[in-house]
Amino acid sequence: MSAHAETASACGAALAAASVKETEASPGHAWPHTAWPGGNRLIGFILPLGLALAWEAAVAVHWADGRLLPTPSRILAALATLAQSGELAGHVLATLQRVALGFAFGVAAGTVLGAVSGYWTLARQLIDPTLQALRNIPSIAWVPMFILWFGIFETSKVILIAVGVFFPIYLSLSASIRGVDRKLVEVGRIFRFSHREMITRILLPATLPSYVVALRSGLGLGWMFVVAAEFMGAEDGLGFLLIDGQQTGRPAVILASITSFAVLGKLTDWLLASVSARFLTWQDSFKPAE
Amino acid sequence: MLSVAQVDKRYPNGVLALAGLNLTVAAGEILAVVGGSGCGKSTLLRLIAGLDSPTAGRIALDGTPVTAPRAEIGLVFQEPRLMPWLTIDQNVAFGIRHLPADERTRRVSECLARVGLASRSGHWPRELSGGQAQRAALARALVGRPKVLLLDEPFSSLDALTRGDLQEHLLDLWGDDQPTMILVTHDIEEALFLADRVVVMQPDPGRIRTEFVPPLARPRDRTDPDFLRCKRRLLADLGHASGFSRQRVAATV
Repeated sequence: MSAHAETASACGAALAAASVKETEASPGHAWPHTAWPGGNRLIGFILPLGLALAWEAAVAVHWADGRLLPTPSRILAALATLAQSGELAGHVLATLQRVALGFAFGVAAGTVLGAVSGYWTLARQLIDPTLQALRNIPSIAWVPMFILWFGIFETSKVILIAVGVFFPIYLSLSASIRGVDRKLVEVGRIFRFSHREMITRILLPATLPSYVVALRSGLGLGWMFVVAAEFMGAEDGLGFLLIDGQQTGRPAVILASITSFAVLGKLTDWLLASVSARFLTWQDSFKPAE
Repeated sequence: MLSVAQVDKRYPNGVLALAGLNLTVAAGEILAVVGGSGCGKSTLLRLIAGLDSPTAGRIALDGTPVTAPRAEIGLVFQEPRLMPWLTIDQNVAFGIRHLPADERTRRVSECLARVGLASRSGHWPRELSGGQAQRAALARALVGRPKVLLLDEPFSSLDALTRGDLQEHLLDLWGDDQPTMILVTHDIEEALFLADRVVVMQPDPGRIRTEFVPPLARPRDRTDPDFLRCKRRLLADLGHASGFSRQRVAATV
């Protein structure tokens, strides 16, 4: 026995020494290869800026007519005018508030129902067929009913957005709970986890990566539906600005609104992605070469 | 003492995985269960672990029936099954989550040092090699100081060198608290190297064919003539158990 113990501990020591060396040279802790840390992200600006400059130049040398598709400089000028009058801030805030409320309600409902139907078979059998049927109704089709039920003001708008956000969250969460590795759940059973521990310590973290993706696609749908909601009679918001630009024949204002949607959508998605990335550092995922 | 008495296990699909199985394992004994695939050896381990319940019969540890997983019974799976979202020390702490935090930290670092993973404590599972991950799984099962440690082909997915290293390490770890160990394996050499007693199972339906107490002193040497003799004997038993030799005879006739 003692000879074996010696071999084993010697191996252990060698292993420990090897692992120390490995830690020092671990590629995970190395600095990025680029000289400028933000360099990689700035690559993303090349395409939109290049297209904008090309369009600007094409109109400047009269290769193209900038009347129906205004140049970036005119869009920026329109944005500046709207910003100076305080109009832009008002529209942005109104739209942001609708998206935020609709997103919050949609996420809450989708999370609760998705979790229940993923974890509890009886509940799944009860609610899933109905929800799957409802999912196939284009949300816009509800607009007339929502207006009848909840009026023309904020409530119906927020509910429309919430409905759009709800389905991807519900679907993804209930499916990913069902997809949690049985082998990990068994580890929980071996350690006699209660239902609550099973949910908080295994199911929740295991489903987090796909939940984050669902949140992001839900948010994207939220931005999509807010336009529809604001088309159905609003007094403010970027969607209202869009309609206003159309009715008053100002393409620069329409594009100013569209640009604001793009920027806000990208910003909120980036915010969501970067907050959630902090919880997902453990993932052993594909990292393409630079 | 662990006792398995007249245990049948029939799966919902009708397959009779175990029939009338009787087995007694003394405290501190190292028992190896060998057999080809489908002989019910993993099913037996799952029943003892309380993950599944037998269709008939009784399993008891020190007289108390096993009907669900118990703290005194630890299990190491074929794969490490570490939670990828927890660091190694957090994974090991799974086994003693009811203890106060300072005691937990102390026991976890003790246990990690014991399996040679002290320097890997704060690492993610993905940063570990296969052998290291299985050591971590071993630490997770041992940290709660179980009376019975069940091992389901724990080293079968490792390379031969790492496997040999871990087998020795396992014996060394066993020396600390001397838990009862039941090791399911298809590796005869592993069974002979580790076990006080080897049980050979045969399929259709899963039952015990024969038992064998290798007359080998410890520490055992895989190249020793006596060891090789035992290996031949066990191979013959196993070939018989799986019907292999009969088939071969039939094929040559």
